[in-house]
Formats: sequence, C-alpha cells, structure tokens
Amino acid sequence: MLDITSKPLVEITGMCKWYGEFSALHDINLSVHEGEKVVVCGPSGSGKSTMIRCINQLEAHQKGTISVNGAEVSPDMKNIEQIRREVGMVFQSFNLFPHMTILDNLTLGPMRNRGVSRADATDLAMHYLERVHIAQQAEKYPPQLSGGQQQRVAIARSLCMKPKVMLFDEPTSALDPEMIAGVLDVMIELAEEGMTMIVVTHEMGFARKVADRVVFMDEGEIIEVAEPEEFFNNPQSDRAQLFLSQLLGH
Amino acid sequence: MRGYVSQATPRNRRIRDDTGFDLGQFARTLTQVGQAVLVFFIIGYLIWRGAQAMEYNWQWYRIEPFFYRVIDGETIWGPLVRGLVQTLKLAGIAGVIAILIGFATAFARLSSSISGRVIATTYLEAVRNTPLLVQLFLFYFVLAPIFGIDRFWAGVLCLSFFEGSFAAEIIRGGILGVDKGQYEGGDAIGLNKVDKYRFIIIPQSLPLILPPLTGLLISLIKHSAIVSVIAVSELTTAGLNLIADTFMAFEIWFLVAGMYLAVTITLSIGVSLFERTLQKGR
Repeated sequence: MLDITSKPLVEITGMCKWYGEFSALHDINLSVHEGEKVVVCGPSGSGKSTMIRCINQLEAHQKGTISVNGAEVSPDMKNIEQIRREVGMVFQSFNLFPHMTILDNLTLGPMRNRGVSRADATDLAMHYLERVHIAQQAEKYPPQLSGGQQQRVAIARSLCMKPKVMLFDEPTSALDPEMIAGVLDVMIELAEEGMTMIVVTHEMGFARKVADRVVFMDEGEIIEVAEPEEFFNNPQSDRAQLFLSQLLGH
Repeated sequence: MRGYVSQATPRNRRIRDDTGFDLGQFARTLTQVGQAVLVFFIIGYLIWRGAQAMEYNWQWYRIEPFFYRVIDGETIWGPLVRGLVQTLKLAGIAGVIAILIGFATAFARLSSSISGRVIATTYLEAVRNTPLLVQLFLFYFVLAPIFGIDRFWAGVLCLSFFEGSFAAEIIRGGILGVDKGQYEGGDAIGLNKVDKYRFIIIPQSLPLILPPLTGLLISLIKHSAIVSVIAVSELTTAGLNLIADTFMAFEIWFLVAGMYLAVTITLSIGVSLFERTLQKGR
C-alpha cells in the first residue's frame, strides 16, 4: 500500500534535545512517508509533544537532522515560514485567534504566507469549514464556539495552508468527553483521504483504526515502533506493556 | 469531621431578597457625606481665615480677562486659555512621540538582539533614575543649543523621552500578556515575524495596553507644567506671568489648578467609558 521506496516526507535522524542539563529527547530516528499515519503515544513527559514540535521548529533541536519534504530544518534558518506552510499543526489548546472571526482565522495564513487573494482565500476557507461541518459559524468568534467546534476550526485552519503533513499535538486532550468524537471523526475522514499525519494522542481506538504505525516513547526515547495490532496485542518492551496495562486496565 | 449534607437551595428557588428602602443604610451614607462636607468646609474656612489674617484682597471680579476679552465684537482669548491650548499641544505631541518611543523600546527589550536590549535598558534606567527637572535642563541647556531646537521642542522631547520610558514598560507588559499559544498559532500557519505581531500579537495586546496608556497621557499633562521653568508659554507659565502682572497669586493658582483638574478629570471619565466599551467587546 505504501510506497516505501520513495523519499520520506519527514525524516528525523539522530535528533537530540536538551533543556539545560535535562535531556528531553535522545537519539530520535523516525521517517514518515507520504500518506502514512503515525500515532505517537507514551506516558506524559516522555517527549512526544516535544518531538513533533521540533518538526516545524516550534522547539529547536540541538543535535541530529530533521528534514521536511527534502529540505533540512534548523533552528537558525531564515525561511522557516516556507517549511511551516508544508506542515499543518493542531494544538491541544486550539490556539485560534480570539480577536478574529472564524473566517478570518482561516484566511490569514493563505493570504499572508501564500499570497492568495481574499476572495480565493474565502472560498478555500468555506470549503474546509464545510468539510469540518462548521460552515454556518464562519462569522462567529472562537470564544463563542464549543471546544470541539474550535478544534475542528483549528484543523480547517491548518488545512487551508494545503500542508503536505499534519501534526496533531494531543488534539482531544482538552475537550469534554462528548466533544471528542466529532474531532476524531474529522481526523479519520482526513486520514481516509490520504493525508500524511503524525498524531500524538491517548485515543487508542483512533490509533487502532487509523494508524499505519504506532510509535511508543518513554523518557525522551523511541522505545518501540510497530503496527497497531502488533503493538496493542503483543508489545515487546516492558515499558510499553506497563503503559498499555495502565491505559487499558480500567 | 462529621458528615456534611448539602442544604443548598436549588438554583431556581434562589430569589434575590430585596426589601426596598433601607433606612439604616441611608442614614450611614448621609453621615459619611456629611463628614466629607464638614472636612472640606473646615479646610476652606481655614484658608479664608488665613487669607483674611494676611489682609489678602480677593479680587475674583478681575479674572474674566484672563480667559477672554471681547473688543469690538471680536473675542480675544486671554493668557490662561492660550496657555491651556499650548499645554494640550505640548502634551499631545509629546504623547504621540512617547508612544512611538515606547513601542520601539518595548520591542528592543523583547528582541533577541543584545545591542537592542542594552540600548533599551540603558535608556530606561537613565530616564527613570534621574530627576525630570535635571533631564529638562539637559535638554534645554545642552542638547537644544547643540541640535538647534527651540524651547518648545526641547520641552516636548524631554517629556517624550520621560513618558516614553513608562510607555515602554506598559507596552512590554501588554505584549507579554498575550498567551504563548498565540505565537505558536501564528508560527504554525507560517506567518513571518512582522505579520505575526501585526495581525495577532499587537491587536490582542491593545486592550491590555490602552487603558494604562491613556492614564499615562493624564500624567503627561500634569508633568508638562515643569516646562514652565524653561519659559515655554504653557498654562503654568501663563499663570506665573499673570501673577507677576497682577499680584493675584491666590486666585490664579486656584484657577490654574482648576483648569488642570478639569482637563484630567474629563480625560479620566473618557478613559473609564472607553474601558467599559473594551470590556463589553470581550
């Protein structure tokens, strides 16, 4: 199904990151091919978020290389915006712009980064708002929407940049339980359309359904990479077994 | 601890208990207002008695030409009104420059450039830790002759740099008050640094910045009185000149203080109305 012979879209080799003396990430190696869906899981503080935040350089890494779509990203690069438009990101806390309407939230990126005209950007925005089932709210402001709706808007905002890969940083962790399904549905639809996705989540149902690979991290290292069935039914490492038993044990 | 069973009233039965007119509360308010009136009366009386003991000759009937005169049906503004206009002009120009300086300094302090941070911090510390009067003399006696600027602009620039240092901290605080996630949101959709500040950070920091900044404008109007020592023809200077002419020191200082008060209180009311609209906008 996957064309593994092609050049990977995101390639991380030997990446390390420290906060002062504290080693946040150690020797991370991961490549994600076009159309692949990777779910990253692990206990809190294991470096999952930090790892995906390094991909679009919201966090700077200190050692190793990260390349996106063939171009290497580094902390001191000039045209980081050109990398970032290829990499959509959805945050745990949505990070919508509360002083702008939903529509303006969506059109800002395409207009300023890609130089799209306002009319085209509006068409684009409405198209994606319809896809996340929220088009009728376009003129409202983010605080007027529920958490689940805001997160769907955030997904649409990222899609407006027509990214090659989407990063999700615990997209459902800040949501009320009844809001989670709507957001996951949108993400599943996106996956079915062939979007390349790297998702940090605790939603193991989503991982089983969508993921091509599950990456298990602990204490800043990748411990295990496996297909979901393999990972959930037969985890190799003790730490993954412990994590899964804590997650599924109740 | 013993078990506690909640006895809370259900929400739909919580009725506000308004008993109408409260005589006790009204009496207390009345007493307090009475106390305030009494204190002001005593102060006023002491001033009046003191002035009488000095045999001060109150001449309130002479003040009208200080404001305006009508000659041949033409209104000619008096020195106090012209002084007030100069004060407002001085404070207005200085306010605009102070805000520009404030933004520049705030961004310099927040920047990653070491030289920017050093220059901004040096400026802030120098301005905040020397007396305003000394700064004014520096501008008037040192910088003005060097750069060939007149006394009005020396006063404007001095006030601008003084208030600019306070504006810088207000603006910096407002920018830091914007949530970190907003920067990341802007980064994630590929905005460059300028666009990120222009469309996302600054618009959200304005509600935090504007109220204290308008407060700064009020103190700028008050501080502008100091330029009278370099004889800029503003309100305080106009007062000084009138006293030299008429010896009506008591009346004129009351008038000058009253005029400053009228301007600043008007501004304060304006600011609080403005703040209320901002609050509603949330």
